[in-house]
Amino acid sequence: MTFWSDPVNFIAAWLRGILTGWGMGAALSNVLLAFLGIIVLVVFALVLDIFLVWVERKVVARFQDRIGPNRIGPFGLIQPFADIIKLIIKEDITPEGADKVVYNIAPVLAATAVILLWAILPLASTIYGVDLNVALLYLVAAGALGTLAIIMGGWASNNKYALLGAFRMVANMISYEVPMVVALLIPAIITGTMSVKGITEFQSGVWIVILSPLAAVIFIISAIAELGRAPFDLNEAESEIVAGFHIEYTGMKFGWFYASELLHSFTFGGFIAILFFGGYNFFGLEKYPLLAAVIFLVKALFFYWVIMWVKYSMPRIRIDHMLAFNWKFLTPLSLALLIVTALMDKLLAPTNFYVIGMFLTNVVIAWLTIEILRAVGRKQKRIEETLQPAAEAVAHH
Amino acid sequence: MKLCGLSILPGLSAKTSCIENEIGINLMTATHIIFLIVAALILASALMVVTTRNLIHAALWLVAALFGVAVLYAILDASFMAVVQVVIYIGAIAILFIFAVMLTRREMRDRGSQLRKGWWLAALLGLLVFAGLAFMLIAQPGINRTVADMPQGLDTVKLLGTALVAPDAYMLPFEVASVLLLAALVGAVYIAVNKK
Repeated sequence: MTFWSDPVNFIAAWLRGILTGWGMGAALSNVLLAFLGIIVLVVFALVLDIFLVWVERKVVARFQDRIGPNRIGPFGLIQPFADIIKLIIKEDITPEGADKVVYNIAPVLAATAVILLWAILPLASTIYGVDLNVALLYLVAAGALGTLAIIMGGWASNNKYALLGAFRMVANMISYEVPMVVALLIPAIITGTMSVKGITEFQSGVWIVILSPLAAVIFIISAIAELGRAPFDLNEAESEIVAGFHIEYTGMKFGWFYASELLHSFTFGGFIAILFFGGYNFFGLEKYPLLAAVIFLVKALFFYWVIMWVKYSMPRIRIDHMLAFNWKFLTPLSLALLIVTALMDKLLAPTNFYVIGMFLTNVVIAWLTIEILRAVGRKQKRIEETLQPAAEAVAHH
Repeated sequence: MKLCGLSILPGLSAKTSCIENEIGINLMTATHIIFLIVAALILASALMVVTTRNLIHAALWLVAALFGVAVLYAILDASFMAVVQVVIYIGAIAILFIFAVMLTRREMRDRGSQLRKGWWLAALLGLLVFAGLAFMLIAQPGINRTVADMPQGLDTVKLLGTALVAPDAYMLPFEVASVLLLAALVGAVYIAVNKK
């Protein structure tokens, strides 16, 4: 076990040697090292969050054909620190009639729900928090905690716009959990394990996006809805309900909501990379854990960029269109995909047409979906055409 | 009684902290201590659920109690149960409670005294039931045994999954439960839909 092949365990063994050399017992030193590992991981996630603020502002600027912050530091790299200082020195206002305890816990819970996700994210084959065998369900559970934080924030603000924003946001999040969980089941079926590390190790052969591209698309769409980013950003619909559930939050509490949303987007970019695009695998370079960690972070940044690309290119979707899209289109599609994938996985596993067979089933399902949508569109157009002459007759009178 | 190693001074033995009585049976390990702390938190949260005046606070205390139960599942190495507890109880049921309270009650606080006239009798009965249950539990022969470690490599999720779909295990109750859920869903939609 050298540093280059297993950095985390190497450093842990070295520190354990030092601590036991000072006379501390083995159990206590293990507990201390576990705490140290947790602190390092959380600090890494939060420092990355600061960098993500800069990434967000530069990328949105480029999408909008401008440059973005470039005054403070080279390429504006010190801008996030200026933002943080500004947020910290702002006045901390608690609205009258607000529920103080719940009001103050909501941003903390929102940030906690996101940082909890970093426990299962494998940065390399030997750098990870914990290898849970139910990691995919843990992902859904952390999303549930985030939903709770939004309700608490919206309710405790004593503001009807905040409450409306919170209701719409929570309806959004719990609706899109269904296709997300079903899309998560498809890598679980293909690889036979719910452990994220196991799924990544399976993809050293072939990436799951080739075996099931439709599942990747469904997961990306429902992940964007879960995050509350545009086009599903009803809680930040500035033209409709000012700022939604975080309208009454000032200073660093709003900073925590904002930062946790960015970190959540990046974490989901990481999960898209892990579950469908190979994680830290890249044509054999994953033997060196530090290089694998860099590869994983680059992939996660790329998918974070894809999420931002969708956000800054599309207008907002109305709430009833959004729910109809989920319940009438995404959920039946994902369930059909799940049934067909489970069937074809068992049928094709012993043959050697596995990869091409799974890819073709996805293509067939996508083609069938488009045909059904086209037929539904044609029927609707025919209905509108029969109504149209009646409308014109009424208008002429 | 010999108290061994509850402090964190250097020289702590490699074994977990233990309290032994005269005949040398381990009465308390680290697992027990964690269980007692978590159980105390669950009981305190459950007490706050029924005594707090603010309904939303009651729902949030319920969330804390349910989260404590998830921690208990995790202590017992039932990771699947722990995560499913959070997803279903906190992510669906508690949110449903909160929505139901928010959408139907204009006045969130209860007014007036929280004690009825014969509350001392109810307290006495509760204490008697607690004493009886505690006595029955302590009289069990296995009360002092520690939990055995789970054998390495035992995949509980796989066993659970196989049990749910195996025809000679629990497939029929599984399907009947899903039909029950479907009936509840259809009933709720039928009641709520606006027949025009």
